Amino acid sequence: MIAKGKAIKYGNNVDTDVIIPARYLTSSDPAELAAHCMEDIDADFINKVEKGDIIIAAKNFGCGSSREHAPMAIKASGISCVVAKTFARIFYRNSINIGLPILECEELCDESDEGDSIEVDFEKGEIRNITKGKIFKTQPFPEFMQEIIENDGLVGYIRNNMK
Amino acid sequence: MGMTMTQKILAKHSGRNRVKSGQLIMAEVDMVLGNDITTPVAVKEFNKLGLNEVFDKNKIAIVPDHFCPNKDIKSAEQVKLIREFSKKLEIVNFFEVGQMGIEHALLPEKGLVVAGDVVIGADSHTCTYGALGAFSTGVGSTDMACGMATGKAWFKIPEAIKFELVGKTGKWVSGKDVILHIIGMIGVDGALYKSMEFTGPGLAELSIDDRFTIANMAIEAGAKNGIFEVDEKTIEYIKGHSDKDYEIFTADDDAEYCETYIIDLAAIKPTVSFPHLPDNTRTEGEFGDIKIDQVVIGSCTNGRMQDMRDAAEIFKGRKVHPDVRCLIFPATQKIWRQAMNEGLFDIFIEAGVAISTPTCGPCLGGHMGVLAKDERAVATTNRNFVGRMGHPESEVYLASPHVAAASAVTGKISTPNDLQEVAK
Ligand code: SF4
Repeated sequence: MIAKGKAIKYGNNVDTDVIIPARYLTSSDPAELAAHCMEDIDADFINKVEKGDIIIAAKNFGCGSSREHAPMAIKASGISCVVAKTFARIFYRNSINIGLPILECEELCDESDEGDSIEVDFEKGEIRNITKGKIFKTQPFPEFMQEIIENDGLVGYIRNNMK
Repeated sequence: MGMTMTQKILAKHSGRNRVKSGQLIMAEVDMVLGNDITTPVAVKEFNKLGLNEVFDKNKIAIVPDHFCPNKDIKSAEQVKLIREFSKKLEIVNFFEVGQMGIEHALLPEKGLVVAGDVVIGADSHTCTYGALGAFSTGVGSTDMACGMATGKAWFKIPEAIKFELVGKTGKWVSGKDVILHIIGMIGVDGALYKSMEFTGPGLAELSIDDRFTIANMAIEAGAKNGIFEVDEKTIEYIKGHSDKDYEIFTADDDAEYCETYIIDLAAIKPTVSFPHLPDNTRTEGEFGDIKIDQVVIGSCTNGRMQDMRDAAEIFKGRKVHPDVRCLIFPATQKIWRQAMNEGLFDIFIEAGVAISTPTCGPCLGGHMGVLAKDERAVATTNRNFVGRMGHPESEVYLASPHVAAASAVTGKISTPNDLQEVAK
């Protein structure tokens, strides 16, 4: 599996209230949520995001509430992968559970700029910044999580294990 | 190497004698919680499993508290969906408006959580129940769905940071100041993925309500959970609220902590988190001259009986500043009634405070006190992120009920010590 797109960059502590503000949580429709994704820190996000794009952020991405609407909005906006220095833990497990791939890679975040062309190879655990001509290594998923991802999220995993 | 409190609870619930940090486990859960925002998504996922029963209809709690009483048609439809789901699957602990309170105040009050439990909740402040010596943590809707189906959840065993509390808090300092002080010190990701374990002789000085406030905000330091050592006060609380069996887990003497902090409660001053992160703290004397438009006292952080009394202590014989709207939200029906019976409502109304039925309302900018552009609020809630209480260009300052009430009186960020100058 490969994700490829341009980098959209953010800083530290991007919280779930700016990923999808609570005022839109009267809906859980992914397309409706995606229309307001990142609105409060980056009103231009929905105009510039293209299918496959990759969010690159710094520390503690996704901190705040447990709303699964946050990774849902990001996924539905067309983002193929989020790479950050670190993730808030509920956001991390929610992303895995709904099948939005997310990876931690400190160096990539330091050495990439908005608009760079990025390619992620999940099997090799490799992230390439094509614009800068650099390759970065990242941690592969632990086996347990790989199983969840292979089953298209936790619900699929449980369904297969119930049989 | 020994185990921490959290590790022992998780070992027990995964059928192991021991676990170590980093290990991934499947654990049995004692309670699965959801609210009106997260449960509709969970119901959708649950239905994909094709089941027509939950693992245990007594061990699920569904609390419509965020946009309730329903603020608009869409939120009414979300609650309708979870109400029908709860009826169909005979969920015992579905709390309708009139019964409900803010989930994290309600569950302990109803005796649904006791020491030694493992609780997952599709709400990040599920970590509140650590105050009672339970392992409780926020998860997402998919986790809630799978928890309702199987009674299990996956966890990575966390490392722990130990907070050894010593000394005694000073006047006008409560649990809120303690946790804001700690978050200011370690940062909003200072405990990322870790458990925060609270212990030490200073515990005896903290009421259960103080402990709920502190555990509630563990997530604001990025923690997986916050947990308090069980003492007589905990046992008294549990026995007064629940018939459930509880189990006390204490950390081994040689338990491994990645860090240990000694927190001298006597050295903590009234503390306020300035926008837009809870770790942006300032203490009494450093606030400057910050005029405010609204004060909100309530939420799962500070909407309990002690908080009502703290606010009333300040408002007694005083008035809310004419430029300020002040709203008080007792967190549950029981707290509401007790505050009324103690005469606190007379004090509030006399002061010009509006009192609301229990709801999350303004805490997340949902309804009942949303801020306009450029407005500022002092709130006893737990998050001051951009746009948290309304317009993206509004501001939220987090504080204790004492500080929030004093600020309502003066019209700017103040502590009760500033009130001497304001005529009674
Ligand atoms: S009071 Fe605020 S923080 Fe607590 S559960 Fe409600 S919205 Fe969340």
